Amino acid sequence: MNLSATRGALAAVALSLSALAATAQENPECIAPANPGGGWDFTCRQVGKSLQDQGLIDQTMQVVNLAGGGGGVAFAEVVNKRNDADNLIVAASSATATRLAQGAYPGNTMDQVRWVASVGADYGVIAVAADSDVNTLPELLDQIKSDPGSVSVAGGSAVGGWDHLKVLIAADAYGIEDVRKVKYIAFDGGGEAVTQLLAGSVQAFTGDISEAKGFVDSGDIKVIAVLAPERLGGEFAEFPTAKEQGVEAIGANWRGFYAPGGMSDDAYNAWVSKIGDLYASDEWKQVMAANGLAPLDLQGAEFQSFVADSVARIQSISKEIGIIK
Amino acid sequence: METLANLGDGFAIAITWQNLLLALLGCFLGTIMGALPGLGPSNGVAILIPLAFTLGLGATPSLILLTSVYYGAMYGGRISSILLGIPGDEPAMMTVLDGHPMAKKGMAGEALSLSGVASFVGAFFATWGLILLAPQLVKIALLFGPAEYFALFALAFMTLGGVSSTNQAKSAFAAALGLGLATIGVDTQTGVPRFTFGEVHLYDGLDFLVAIVGLFALSEVFIFLETRHGGAEADGKKMVIGKLYPPMSMLKACTPTMLRTSFLGFIAGVLPGAGASLGSFISYSMEKRLVDKKGTFGTGDPRGVAAPEAGNNAAAGGALVPMLALGVPGSGTTAVLLAVLLALNITPGPLLFTQNPDVVWGLIAALFIANFMLLAMNIPMVGLFTRVLMIPSRILMPIVAMVSFVGIYGISGSTFDLLVMIGFGVMGWLLRKFDVPLVPIILGTLLGNAMENNLRRAVTIDNGNWWTLVDSPLALTLWAIAIIGFVLPLIVGARVKAGMHARRDDEGAISD
Repeated sequence: MNLSATRGALAAVALSLSALAATAQENPECIAPANPGGGWDFTCRQVGKSLQDQGLIDQTMQVVNLAGGGGGVAFAEVVNKRNDADNLIVAASSATATRLAQGAYPGNTMDQVRWVASVGADYGVIAVAADSDVNTLPELLDQIKSDPGSVSVAGGSAVGGWDHLKVLIAADAYGIEDVRKVKYIAFDGGGEAVTQLLAGSVQAFTGDISEAKGFVDSGDIKVIAVLAPERLGGEFAEFPTAKEQGVEAIGANWRGFYAPGGMSDDAYNAWVSKIGDLYASDEWKQVMAANGLAPLDLQGAEFQSFVADSVARIQSISKEIGIIK
Repeated sequence: METLANLGDGFAIAITWQNLLLALLGCFLGTIMGALPGLGPSNGVAILIPLAFTLGLGATPSLILLTSVYYGAMYGGRISSILLGIPGDEPAMMTVLDGHPMAKKGMAGEALSLSGVASFVGAFFATWGLILLAPQLVKIALLFGPAEYFALFALAFMTLGGVSSTNQAKSAFAAALGLGLATIGVDTQTGVPRFTFGEVHLYDGLDFLVAIVGLFALSEVFIFLETRHGGAEADGKKMVIGKLYPPMSMLKACTPTMLRTSFLGFIAGVLPGAGASLGSFISYSMEKRLVDKKGTFGTGDPRGVAAPEAGNNAAAGGALVPMLALGVPGSGTTAVLLAVLLALNITPGPLLFTQNPDVVWGLIAALFIANFMLLAMNIPMVGLFTRVLMIPSRILMPIVAMVSFVGIYGISGSTFDLLVMIGFGVMGWLLRKFDVPLVPIILGTLLGNAMENNLRRAVTIDNGNWWTLVDSPLALTLWAIAIIGFVLPLIVGARVKAGMHARRDDEGAISD
C-alpha cells in the first residue's frame, strides 16, 4: 500500500512537470504497447495517419508507446488507470490474444476491455532459403518428423509466442506426435530471423507474410506455405496454402484495437464506426496491399466474439503442447 | 560513376529551402535531445514522428527531418558526458571515461570541440561507406550467425579489462553485476519469466536508459546531497574551460585513432545484432589496447574522447545499411525509422535501392548535409555548452534530478520505471563509495541479453554441441582477437603498471 502511495505521489509530480505526458481529454490517443518500431506501433501510427488524412478525426492521433511485459503493462494500465477514457484505443494483435490465453498478463482477462475492430490480418508463412532442397511444406514436416534435430525453425517471437505456435499448429495438423520436439529458435523480431535464414544458420522461418515479402521479391527466400484458408489476392496469389498441400493449418496474425472496459457506449460506437469507415476506404486497401495485410473485416460485437474464439483456441493448443497446464 | 550520378540526384532532391530548414531543425532538436539524460536518439525520433505527419511531409522530407534528429542526437550525447560525467544516451557512455576527466582538468572546451570533430569524421566516413558499399556490406551481416555474434560479444567483454578503472577486479565485478541484471525478464528461449517476482513491468527486462540515468545522473545528485555542506568550496573554485578549439597537435595525434575507430564502429553498426553502443565500446577498448602505452586512457586522454565518438557516429551510419538493404533494424533508432518508412508505404529490403532510389539517395544526401550542419553548429556552440560548468552545483543538481525524472516518465509513462531509476541511483551511490566503475555495469546490462541469447541459439541449433562456437573461420578469428586482447596485457602488464605509477606521481605533483 505504501508503495502505491509513493508511486501515486511520484506520478503526480512527474505529470505536473511533464509536458510530454499531458493529454487533453478530447484528443484521440492510441497506446502502442511496445517500443517504437514494432507491429503495434505501426498499427497505431498507420491508422492514426489514415484517420486524419481522411478527415475522420480532426486532430493528430497521439501515439503513446507504453512498452513492457509483451503488452501486459499497457493492458494493466488501461484496466487499472484509464478504465473510463473515451479518447483511447490500444493496438492489439494475435500476440495479445496469445498472452491473454496463456495467462501471461497476470490477473488480467480479455473481458476487462472492449474489443473495437480489426484492421486486417497478416497470415502466417513458413519459408525456406531460395537454394534449399525443400520445396513443399510436407517435405519440411517429413524432415522434422524423421529427424527433429536436423531442422531449426527461426521465428521472431519468444518460445510459446505466436510465431512458435504457428509452426506447431502445422506440425500438429501433419500428425507429428510430440510437437515439443520441433526445434524452434527465438530471435528478436522477424527481420533478424529472416536474416539468419539467409545466413544459413537455420533451415526454416516462421513469421508473417509482411516480414517475408521483401525477401521473396528479391528472390532470397521461397515461401512454402501460407497458413490461410485460401490463396491470397494480388501478388501473394502464387504462394500455396498449407491446406492445399494437405496440412489443415491456419494461422492469422490479426491486427486491431481494444478500448477501455468502462468506455461509454457513445464513444465505443463512434470508434467502431470510424475504424469501420477507414477499413472500407480505398486508401486503407492500398495500405493493406502494400504491407501484405489480408482482409479481416470485423467490428464491434463480431470482433469481440472473434477474439474470444481465438483466445479459447490458443488456450487449447497451448495445453496440448504443454506451454500451460 | 553511376553512384555519383545517383548521389547528385539525391542532392537535387535534398537541397530545397524546406528540406534544408527541416535538416537544421532536426539537427538542433537532435543535439538537445541527445544531450538531455534519458532522451536518446530513438525517443527523439519517435517524439518527432507526429510532427512529420502533422506537417503532411512526404517520404523524403520526413526522413530528412528524422535522420537529422538521429545524427544530431549522436552528436549531442557527448555534451553531458563530457561536462557532467552523465551520458546523454547509451552510445555516449564511453565518452564519459576520458571526456569528463578532461573537463575536470580544465580542458572542457578542447574535449567538446575535439569530440565534435571526431563525430564528424565518424559520420562522414560512415556515410561514404553507406554510399559505396551498402549492397555488398549486407554480405558481412550474413556472415554472422549466432555463434559469431557470441564470439563478438565475448571479444567485447574480454577486452574490457581496465576500461574505466585501474582495479581489474572491480571492473570484472561491475561487468558481472551488469550481466546478472540482464537476466531479469522473460527468457525468450524458453518463454519463462526470470527474477520478475510476478511484476509485469519486469517481463521485458530492465530498460538500460533507466539504468543509465539512475546510475550516473541520480547517484551524482545523491553524492551532492551528501556533501552539500562541504560543496561550497568546490563552487568557489574557478572553473577552467580551456580553449574552444582543439589545437592542431591534438587533432593530429587523434587522426589515426579517428580513422581506425570510424572503420570499427561502422562495421559494428552494419551488424544488425551489434549496434552503436557496441561500436563505441569496441572502438574505445580496442584503441586503448592498441595505443595506450602509458596508461593515460581513463584520465583525460584526448584519444579516449575521439575514439568512442568517431566509433558511435560511424556505427549510427552503419546501422542504416541493414535497415535500408535488409529491412532489419540494427538499433532502437533504426527500428523507429523503419516504422516510419513502413508508415509512408515504403518497404525497405533488398529491392529498396532499385524501387525507391529517390528516397535512398535523398536520404543519403540529407545525411551529408546534416553532418556538415552539425559540425558547423557544434563547434561555435562549444562556448555556450561549457557555460553549464559555470552553474553552481546547488542549482545544477536539482535541474539534473528534475530532467531525469521528467525524461524517464515522459518516455515510459510508468511510475514503476521511476522507482527502478531511484533504485539504480542508490546502487550507483553505493558503488561510487566503493570506487566500482559504473560503465561496465551498463555494458553488461546492455549486451548481456544478446550475448546469452546468441550463445543459446548457437548451441540449440547444433543440438547441444558446444564446438559449434568455434566452427567457422570468422568465429575462430574473433576468438583469437579476444584471447590476444585478454592475454597480451597480462604479459606486458608489468610495463604498463610501471607507466601508470609514474603517471600518478606526475599528476600528484601537478595538483599540489
